[in-house]
Amino acid sequence: MHDVMRSDVLLAFIAMTAVTVASRLGGFWLMRYIPVTPRVRRMLDALPGSIIVAASLPVVVEGGVVVMVAIAAAMIATIIRRNEFLAVIVGMAVAALARAVGFSG
Amino acid sequence: MTTAAKQADHLHEPAYWSRNAIWPGIYAIAPMLPGTLAFGLAFGALCAQKLFTLTEVEVMMAFVYGGLSQFVAVQSWPDQLTVSTIATLALLTATVNIRFALMSASLRPWFGTLPPWQSYPSMLLVTDGGWLAATRYRDHGGANAWFFVGGGLVLYVVWLVSSVPGFLLAGQLTDPKTYGVDLVMPAFYAAMLVPAWKGARRAIPWVVAGIVALVVHRFVGGYWFIIAGALAGSISAGLDDA
Repeated sequence: MHDVMRSDVLLAFIAMTAVTVASRLGGFWLMRYIPVTPRVRRMLDALPGSIIVAASLPVVVEGGVVVMVAIAAAMIATIIRRNEFLAVIVGMAVAALARAVGFSG
Repeated sequence: MTTAAKQADHLHEPAYWSRNAIWPGIYAIAPMLPGTLAFGLAFGALCAQKLFTLTEVEVMMAFVYGGLSQFVAVQSWPDQLTVSTIATLALLTATVNIRFALMSASLRPWFGTLPPWQSYPSMLLVTDGGWLAATRYRDHGGANAWFFVGGGLVLYVVWLVSSVPGFLLAGQLTDPKTYGVDLVMPAFYAAMLVPAWKGARRAIPWVVAGIVALVVHRFVGGYWFIIAGALAGSISAGLDDA
């Protein structure tokens, strides 16, 4: 049995928390000094799509055919029904089914 | 107040607090709750396998509060914690979570109109899903701060409890991929991308972001691809002058 909270683990968590809090507060703080010109506005408007694509695309490509097909199914579900909940269920179901019938990935 | 009003985006009204946006805010993040629970389940199980205590897991959930960064850190948790391995963990966490800086930056035109004692604590609630939902609300002219904070608080509480069942059931959980749990976040992201589509021209930054992310993922490694792709996409939108 080990302790409820090991001190070296706590130290590691503090370091991880510090960089994460700095990220959450730092961007907001920095924008205090950056006027929102039309150019900056366009950059901010492009952020949601850019972050989504940058964070997901390499993971999806690496995930192979099963993940790609599941993501495509989730997007088609969203185009038809505009319901994120349904999209998540469809994505999970397609992947689970594909793996159940023997596709790997 | 006058300087704050000047900083406010001319397209939108300044932030205010009114409780009638609490439920719409919660409703907007509701599609994420099953995914959050599934992610927490898988994460709790992973932590149990890596011999963390439940207290440790909950401290990490409560303070780091970055699902992907926690997953990545625990997966590569060193056998021996030293100054050097802790610094490595902090750097890894930073590469995964630096995207939160872009997200909170984009909330400045809205939350920057509030006093700092209200706006800065609110930024601690920035997550992928909460931010995406709030951004859509803002795009439709919303300004009620409770929309973001209400949804964010619910996501936070659900997140805190989500890892407990997985931790306790770790022995019984087979590969979560069997149930498609690994698709939860990508599928949600893909769904959020569809309504963001405003024509091919506005999607050029997405293509730039995707190409840069793939290249960095392939040749640099680690998790730098997230911030590199996101920044490249955003900058390309800024350069597109017409």
